[in-house]
Formats: sequence, C-alpha cells, structure tokens
Amino acid sequence: MTARISRWPGVELSAADLNERKVTQTRFRPDAKYAWSAGEAMSRFLAELQNGRLIARSCRRCERILFPPRMFCEECFRPTDEWIFIQDTGTIETFSVSYLDTDAKRIAEPILVGVVSLDGASPKMGMMHFFGEMTKDEIRIGMRVKAEWRPPRERQGSVLDIRYFRPLRKGEQ
Amino acid sequence: MRVGIIGVGMTAFRPSTPEYNWKELMFEAASRAYADAEINPREDVDSFLTCAEDYYEGFGIFDEFVPDQLGAALRPTCTVSGDGLQGLANAYMQIQTGLIDVAVVEAHSKASDIVTLDGVIEHALDPIWNKPLGAHPFVVAGLEADAYLRVTRTSPKALAMVVAKNHGNALKNPLAAYGAAVEVEDAMRSPERFAPLRALDISNPADGCVVLVLASERAAKKLHSNPVWIRGVGWASDSPSLETRDWSDAAYARIAAEMAYRLAKVRRPATEIDVAEIDDRFSYKELQHLESLGLAKKGDAGKRVMRGDYGAEGRLPVNVSGGSLGCGNVFEATGLHRAAEVALQLRGDAGVRQLDRVRTGVAQSWRFIPSATGAVAVLGVGG
Ligand SMILES: [Zn+2]
Repeated sequence: MTARISRWPGVELSAADLNERKVTQTRFRPDAKYAWSAGEAMSRFLAELQNGRLIARSCRRCERILFPPRMFCEECFRPTDEWIFIQDTGTIETFSVSYLDTDAKRIAEPILVGVVSLDGASPKMGMMHFFGEMTKDEIRIGMRVKAEWRPPRERQGSVLDIRYFRPLRKGEQ
Repeated sequence: MRVGIIGVGMTAFRPSTPEYNWKELMFEAASRAYADAEINPREDVDSFLTCAEDYYEGFGIFDEFVPDQLGAALRPTCTVSGDGLQGLANAYMQIQTGLIDVAVVEAHSKASDIVTLDGVIEHALDPIWNKPLGAHPFVVAGLEADAYLRVTRTSPKALAMVVAKNHGNALKNPLAAYGAAVEVEDAMRSPERFAPLRALDISNPADGCVVLVLASERAAKKLHSNPVWIRGVGWASDSPSLETRDWSDAAYARIAAEMAYRLAKVRRPATEIDVAEIDDRFSYKELQHLESLGLAKKGDAGKRVMRGDYGAEGRLPVNVSGGSLGCGNVFEATGLHRAAEVALQLRGDAGVRQLDRVRTGVAQSWRFIPSATGAVAVLGVGG
C-alpha cells in the first residue's frame, strides 16, 4: 500500500533540521541514578562469582536446590535453609542465534545466547548467558557445556565474571 | 458484602536498609501479614495487588518481579501504579465482585536505592510547560504552603507544632525511622528550604514495606478472624496543571473523602471519626488535609493543632503513628502504612501508643509531588 505512495503530504523533517533547531523542541536529560542493594542472597552469589564458584540455596520442604539463590522459596513461601555450591557445568536448555546487537544493528558474527540448566541445581534452574567456542551450526539443545571464567583478578562480582559457556573438553564431564 | 482487613504486616521503616533488597523486605512484611491473618498465601489467597511506580524502582515492568516474595507465583497478580490506598480500594472492589474472597495488598519503598531522588521526582513535572524552568520539584509544596497559610490565616508556628507532635509520636512507634524530641522552636528555626517551608517541615525518605490481607465477610468467618471493616474507600485526582489548582484546598482529598464517607455512611466526620492518619509529608499537608476531609473547619486546623487537639490525648488524635514526618516518607507505601496503623488502633494492637475507645478511623494519602491525587479509607470495628 505505502509502496505506491511516491510523495507524502506535508514537510519532511531531517535529522539536520532537528540539530539546527529549525524545529521547536525541548530537551531534558533525566537525572535518574540508582544503587540497588543486592540483598542477602544475591550479595553472597556475586561474592562467590569472584571466587569462581556458583552458590545456591536449598529448600528443605520441596527438596529443591534454588539457583540463583534466594532467601525465600517461591513455591513453599518459607525461608530457604542452606547454602550449597553447585557445578559450573550444565546442559543447554534453550538458545537463540542473534543477528542483531543490542542497538538492533546487523552483525556479521551472530551472538549465541541461551539458558543453561546447571548441574547440582534442581531441574530447569540455571543461568542465561553467552555461548562460545562453538558455531551457530554446532550449538544444540541438550549440549553439555562448562563456564569459561575470567582470570581471578579481572572478576568484579558480576555475571560477566563468566565470559561464556563452552562445550565440554575431553576428560571433562 | 462487607470487606475487612484480617492481616497486617510491616517491616520497620529505616533511612536505609543496605542488608536487604526490596524483595527480601517484601518477604518479611508478607510473612508477618500472613502470620497475623493465620493464612497460607499459597492456598488461601485469591488475588495479589502491589502498588508501585517503575521510576521509583529503577527498572521497568516492576510487576513482573513481584510474585515470588509475596507467595503469588502462578497466581492472579497485578500492580496499581499508585499509592497503597489506591491498591486497597482496588482489592476492596475485587472482593465486592464476588470473584475474589481473599486479596493481598502490598506497597513498599526502597528509596535508599535511588541515588538521585530529587531528579526522579523532578521527572514527574510537565516536560514542556514546567520542567524547562529547572526549579526543584519541592517548590510546588512551597507554593501550596504559602497559599494555604495566607488563605487560611494559619500561623507558621502551627506547622512547627505539627513537626514537633509527629516526631514526638514516632518515639512511641518502634517501627518509626525518625522519632525525635523536636521543640517547636527547633522547627521554626530550621534552615529555610522552599519558603515558607523549612528543613524540618519536609519528611525524609525511608525504606519499608506494608502488606495487608483483605477478606470478604464470608471468608473472614471461615478463617475465624476478627476483621477491621473497610467501611468506605474513595479516591480522586485534580487537574495535573499546577496553574489551575485551588492551592489552599486539597480538592482531591475532599472528593475522595466524600466518596469514602458516603459508602461508610459517615455524615458528620468531625464527630464520628475517632482517630485519623493523614498525609503529612510536608507539615502543612496535615492541616490542609484535615480541613479537606471535613475533620476541621477551613482555617481551624492550625489553631486546633496549637491547642493540642490533635495530640494522642487530644480530641482527635492525628498521626499517632508519627506520620511521615516521624516514620519517614515511604512513597507509595504511605497510605497503606496509615491504613495499617488505623487497623492496629481499632484492633487494640497499637502497643504503647494505643488509644482508648476508638471504633472508627480514617486513613488518607496523597500521591506526593507534583500530584493532586489522593485516596481515603474509612475503617471501623463492631456493628
Ligand atoms: Zn520450597
């Protein structure tokens, strides 16, 4: 429909018109900064990332290992019970091959992202992350993967202390 | 059908709570409310409502992050982008439909997570009409306080009396963040901020969470609880335009109160209300709201606070909790905190600040700068 319209009514505006202030406009830069308290569970989780470890919380009633850790069980509505380290290996639960970056710009090498169910946590618990050392043709659901950690001095207590998850190497399981 | 409050849960209000995130605060308040109501949220609750504004939280679509810590996972849940009393009104209506027997209302503040609180509040000003002036948003309160004092011929000393009373009341409230023995002279000599308002006329932010459990009369009976009845609710918004407001009268509060009184069949609020929790996030607001709610004649609230009428021993105890000046500004949780306080007073569970012979109370809230929105709830016991 629009393809058949060669000329739109009115005056077209260009970015230059805006920059040269030919258009009435008001500008405001919101001063909105936040510093969220991570809380009891997430603080410990982030601290353990710096140690290259993944920590979870257990709920005795539903017998689940909750990851990421939280101080309350959402199923039982009760406080969780104990800290438990889980493994940094797991299984790809779902993935997507992203051909656009966060600015919606097309990228040549697609980004592999997905969710890993981690060993030691209850089923369907793990983390969303990038995948590396594999191509878009190799990645598959059910693939066994392991966290590729940043060197200790580069870790900042962030989920990016893990660079990506990569396929298990020979001898790893 | 009658709707009652069958559970009250609150955290303490603190200037900051770095040890907890907002979810952990909510879990604490919710756990207290469910223990108070003696219910299991995973089985006994039909609907969950939270009251929040994304811009205060600092992330979008806040409601998505609510269910786990409220016991609401995989259950009907929604968010009211407004004050806690607006959430209470919505829960009341949900129960009135007959679809819902037990509803939970939550509201909280994690103001200490906001680094640029003034900037966040400023963002609520009209972007084309007011914001380019670059004035601090609390100037709006200064404008209103000035108009209120002039039109009602209220003495600035009356504002200082409100400040001293509410900080003093907060000393008897273990949950309050800013209890203090403040002299009237201290308040009158505190630094000027937005004239005629001084530093002590302005409430300080606090963190905290409030959760109430509401039930239909039938469900309350089944759960063997002794409810505080929500006899009436009301809410209203004035035009957002700063230039067309009355300024001296809080029209939103007057209209919200008329609605709540009509439902509650309160005809003479000045004689029928035994206890009031009134939005006092700026000292003059307590006096202005008392007049708009028909609890004082126009121009009388200032004189009456100076006579001691609104003290815990006075003719109408106002903000025995300490109010927002004494407990802290808990943003969207403000109105729900006040409803909780009135409910505790009517139940006889208000501890050392318990009042004698209180059977009907009113809680009122305003949606803070720059809004002209407010809500009112009339609560009662017996009958
Ligand atoms: Zn559990």
